[in-house]
Amino acid sequence: MTRMFGQPIPRVEDDRMVRGHGGYLDDLGHDALACAFVRSPHAHAEIVDIDVTGALDVDGLVAIYTYEDLPDRLADPLPLLIPHPALTEGRTQYALARERVNHVGEPVVMVVAQDRYVAEDAAERILVSYRSLPAVVGIEAARAATQLVHPDVPGNIAANMLQTVGDVDAALAAAPHILELDLSIERSASTPMEGRGVLARWDPESHRLRLWSSTQTSTGVRAAVASKLGLALVDVDVITPDVGGGFGVKIMHPWPEEVLVPWAARQLGRPVKFVEDRREHFISSAHERAQLHHVRVGFDRDGVILGLDVRFWHDHGAYIPYGIIVPMITSTQLLGPYKPGAYRVEFDSLYTNTLIVTPYRGAGRPQGVFVMERTMDAIAATLDLDRTVVRERNFIQPDEMPYDHGLLFQDDRPLIYDSGDYPTLLDKLKKLVGWDEFEAFREAARAEGRRVGIGLGCYVEGTGVGPYEGAHVVVEPSGKVKVATGLTTQGQGHQTVFAQIVADELGVPLSDIEVVTGDTRRFGYAVGTFASRAAVMSGSAIALAARAARAKALKVAADALEANPDDLDIVDGIVRVAGVPGAEISLGTLAVLANPLRYAFDDAAKAATQFAVGDTSKPPVGEDDEPGIEGRDYFSPMQSTFASGMHAVVVETDPDTAEIKILRYCVVHDCGPLINPRIVEGQIHGGVAQGVGGALYERMAYDEAGQLQNASFMDFLMPYVSEVPERIEIDHLETPSPLNPLGIKGAGEAGVIPGAAAFASAIEDAEGITITAMPISPSELFELRRRHEERSSP
Amino acid sequence: MKPPPFGYSRPESVADALATLARLGPDGKVLAGGQSLLPILSMRLAAPHHLVDINRLSELGYVRVEGGDVRVGALARHAQVLADLPARAAQPLLGKALRLVAHATIRNRGTTVGSIVHADPSGEMTAVLALLGGTVRVATTAGERDVPARDFFVGPLESAVQPGELAVSATFPVLPPRAGTAFVEVARRNGDYAVCGVGALVELDADGAVSSARTAYLSVSPTPLVLDLTDAIGSEPDFAAAAVAAREQVEPEPDIHASADYRRHLAGVLTERALREAHAEALERSGRD
Repeated sequence: MTRMFGQPIPRVEDDRMVRGHGGYLDDLGHDALACAFVRSPHAHAEIVDIDVTGALDVDGLVAIYTYEDLPDRLADPLPLLIPHPALTEGRTQYALARERVNHVGEPVVMVVAQDRYVAEDAAERILVSYRSLPAVVGIEAARAATQLVHPDVPGNIAANMLQTVGDVDAALAAAPHILELDLSIERSASTPMEGRGVLARWDPESHRLRLWSSTQTSTGVRAAVASKLGLALVDVDVITPDVGGGFGVKIMHPWPEEVLVPWAARQLGRPVKFVEDRREHFISSAHERAQLHHVRVGFDRDGVILGLDVRFWHDHGAYIPYGIIVPMITSTQLLGPYKPGAYRVEFDSLYTNTLIVTPYRGAGRPQGVFVMERTMDAIAATLDLDRTVVRERNFIQPDEMPYDHGLLFQDDRPLIYDSGDYPTLLDKLKKLVGWDEFEAFREAARAEGRRVGIGLGCYVEGTGVGPYEGAHVVVEPSGKVKVATGLTTQGQGHQTVFAQIVADELGVPLSDIEVVTGDTRRFGYAVGTFASRAAVMSGSAIALAARAARAKALKVAADALEANPDDLDIVDGIVRVAGVPGAEISLGTLAVLANPLRYAFDDAAKAATQFAVGDTSKPPVGEDDEPGIEGRDYFSPMQSTFASGMHAVVVETDPDTAEIKILRYCVVHDCGPLINPRIVEGQIHGGVAQGVGGALYERMAYDEAGQLQNASFMDFLMPYVSEVPERIEIDHLETPSPLNPLGIKGAGEAGVIPGAAAFASAIEDAEGITITAMPISPSELFELRRRHEERSSP
Repeated sequence: MKPPPFGYSRPESVADALATLARLGPDGKVLAGGQSLLPILSMRLAAPHHLVDINRLSELGYVRVEGGDVRVGALARHAQVLADLPARAAQPLLGKALRLVAHATIRNRGTTVGSIVHADPSGEMTAVLALLGGTVRVATTAGERDVPARDFFVGPLESAVQPGELAVSATFPVLPPRAGTAFVEVARRNGDYAVCGVGALVELDADGAVSSARTAYLSVSPTPLVLDLTDAIGSEPDFAAAAVAAREQVEPEPDIHASADYRRHLAGVLTERALREAHAEALERSGRD
């Protein structure tokens, strides 16, 4: 049997997906009532009055709810999901605004009606009067703190966190060279094709709730909703249908709508559905990325860093329900593959009157990598060294693994890199992109009046964060294998890669394996899909569960075949005794035999009834045994496993129009052994596309009043396929992790992480103008050129 | 993003449509391809009382070359005009501009006349009509009138079409002999509204000297701006001088995608590029390349 691990097989999901047979949230619940929300048009205001009378005669209206209607725990602020000692001033929103609104798009009134059209008609007639307050927009305004987002949070500072390793001040004082840099990254967002959505059915007979949500964590939603509605966990089922992308935003939970919809369904005794529209997604889900950094770096004459002092400010928006995960990741993952000498990093996480910030693919790493790689390029420029040489001289070496940075990571565990080979990665990248031959290309282009540049970005990514995932594997009497894991799927291809793992572990054909994710009815213990953790966490748990099922199968087979378990092997779903032709039994038959029956449902079951099998001197199910061929196991590692990669991009900038064109995009990537190279490369392609967006196109254009001026795909410039390089050149390195049974590392976020860093480096190289802020548009490059010329001319 | 309630009629003939529009007056709004109107409705930025859907008026779904004009009926989709070889041969600028109109799915549905009536100063076909000096034929129950391009565009998103009227066709004069055209633009993404765009029409005299050089601009003015750069370019021709003249005459506004200065700069760069390309084509068509 060919080993399935490592095979670039097509995704089993694709046939269904590309034919339009996927079942997404809005494909469900055609009998459900619809919701619309009256959302704040102000970034910062007091609610003076809510007048719903004008809406009451709208035909088809079912209910209108405001904060005053919310009972018990639903009237409390939504949870602060990830508390942290440094997060001293955590504030979260109410499910419906109470007295104040703190960003445009905050829900104020919930309208339930027979359909969404009617709900919007009613919402339009609800009059909310506000007393407008000055808005705090952007990091500078938040730091100035002349206005406060929350009156009881001084300085708009929710959290201040400091980590140090070594004596930075002494290291900088002794360094032959010091540089200071100010660097910034603007807001962007996950913007999945499908927005948020939730459907709830309350069964008044059994007092049970069934909830479908377009989420990255069904178990998280279940716990949050049960808590808010005062229900037992076992009385709440949460099911994720097909999810049209998440990219981080759907790990945030519970959204106001996620608790209001099931509550309304219970109140009204009718199914209720909320499907977010695109405008709502821009102003009422979540954004990420905006940070401002001040860097001081000391280095020697060879470019080796002696001390690094990073002070940064993170804009987390109006509330901080997801805690300080994003800036914590920035502050640690900024270091990438390098040894910083002494290191001090301090950040403030700041309130602003804008949409909340929660992790978006990369989750704080693109900012950190941008800062570190800009620093590397600045050192190279100062010493007139090749940019790759400076990086090589600062790399952690393979023989220094595992490498302990002496810092705490986002999971409050030590930041210890488990494995990796950065010098080899850089060699591969240089070969792939032709780094050493680039000057000849530049000269040839220059002779034609063209302007080209090359840049690179290196990163290390902590993946597979805990606490745990679990899995259940069961062999059906038909021989089919059913696999369940609790975390969710948003298009990654889990059904394919998890089946590949089971195929190898259990010795069954891929076509006999079915994988279910994100359904609490099938597996109730799980964390969720984020932090590039699904393959590492659930993949490992599935491998362990499959091994348990295999051990059980071999035990039953050994009895049935009167053989030593060590002489047995499973191939194509058949257990065979080595060296004894014909001595074989199928997994399906074993599943029947392993379940002692009183009743014969069919011929197969007849073989397992009490008069057919069993030693009458023993109980039918032994004391330490269970019926069936099943395995259930959990995987809970000590710490994250650290993947790594390096990107190089070649750009051409138009000397006249300042347009930026991508000529080549090269990726070398190390996520350990690849379960499915085709899927890993697909993940890289998607990540690179989002990296292109973050570097050259996307920003959240808030005006001073906190109005988002580009809350549509017309003006929020997510790249089309025409803006993404036609060919992304990829090479892999496979450095196994010692931390999990498959030796794997996460790959989901990697592609996006060094995008802004690599583009800044390449544009700077093409233009000879220092790039300190991303994204960059042609208009901004034009303005940079003009300022550069003004400075250069006497 | 669901529209408020509205009335809806779907006339089966032009006469029927005109009667309906006459009856509705200011309450009526024509729905053709819907590529601009439906998003506006769904975002509740406009709330017309009654839509008059002209998609059944197949008699208006034509593209014809007649006399000195390409005449495009009100129901001809962009894609249909783009695919019409006789029309493109008669006036090549149509094809050059239509390729830049949004994306294929929008061109399949959106109508050329509809985009002109929408009068968006960042629309390619408004600029083409203005540059070529075309006309729009507007009909009422009382009869028809032809409105020249210079009178048609009244303001941003405002045309000369009055309540009760239906724009039934637009004409684009065919390319004269010894003339060439070009359409160039800079857009943030492929198919987006241009940050700046320039259409050019260059005509040569019998000796090969430039006798006329005109350009039209996208996204730098409230209504489609047409410049006569014949004097600036001279007979030489001096494309850079024409670019300087263009830069001095545009009055762009900044927005979230581009500063005013960048747009002005682009107007110059693209003027030069468009004029060079149009001039080269004019030379070629004169047998002088």
